[in-house]
Amino acid sequence: MPRSIKKGPYVADRLVKRVEQMNESGDKKILKTWFRSSMIIPDFIGHTLAVHNGKKFIPVYITENMVGHKLGEFAATRTFKGHGGNEKKTGR
Amino acid sequence: MARIAGVDLPREKRVEVALTYIFGIGPTSAKKIVVEAKVNPDTRTKDLTDAEVAAIREVIDKSYKVEGDLRRERTLAVKRLMDIGCYRGLRHRRGMPVRGQRTKTNARTRKGPKRTVAGKKKATK
Repeated sequence: MPRSIKKGPYVADRLVKRVEQMNESGDKKILKTWFRSSMIIPDFIGHTLAVHNGKKFIPVYITENMVGHKLGEFAATRTFKGHGGNEKKTGR
Repeated sequence: MARIAGVDLPREKRVEVALTYIFGIGPTSAKKIVVEAKVNPDTRTKDLTDAEVAAIREVIDKSYKVEGDLRRERTLAVKRLMDIGCYRGLRHRRGMPVRGQRTKTNARTRKGPKRTVAGKKKATK
């Protein structure tokens, strides 16, 4: 079930503040963030955010198409590389 | 013969049912179309007058996305997900279920026929 419209999108305020600061001063730093559940809003476009995946920060360059998705969708938390067959194992 | 949206409708069926042969029109929208076009839902497709066919066609053109357009919209939506590299896109790329279903068992619709793995132990009872 989607989020109630009444509430509006969930955007982490602290993140917005920091992005706005960067927009004003015009510098582009990679922001580290743990806000995986925060919605991507148009202000973020063009920035690179490093989104935590539980272990590392995954750099995510925000494009127009990503607006409305959440940050966590772009930083996978699982590393499944397929089941190792015998050949693959000996190859290592 | 009634050709609507590039599809031949089955002649012997009631319009309401025949319309569902168009991709993008199910029972619900078929009912609505028939009402809006002021056609009796019980008439057979072959008995439709030209005016009635035209009315139905107009309703569909005006307010429904069907067949090719709908398919294109769908593939574009999937392609967008794949291009932005989000989780749902990755699942589409892999041909795995997209909406968080379990994959330990089942999920055969997305994964296709079973590929048996050699040497896999059977569960002991």
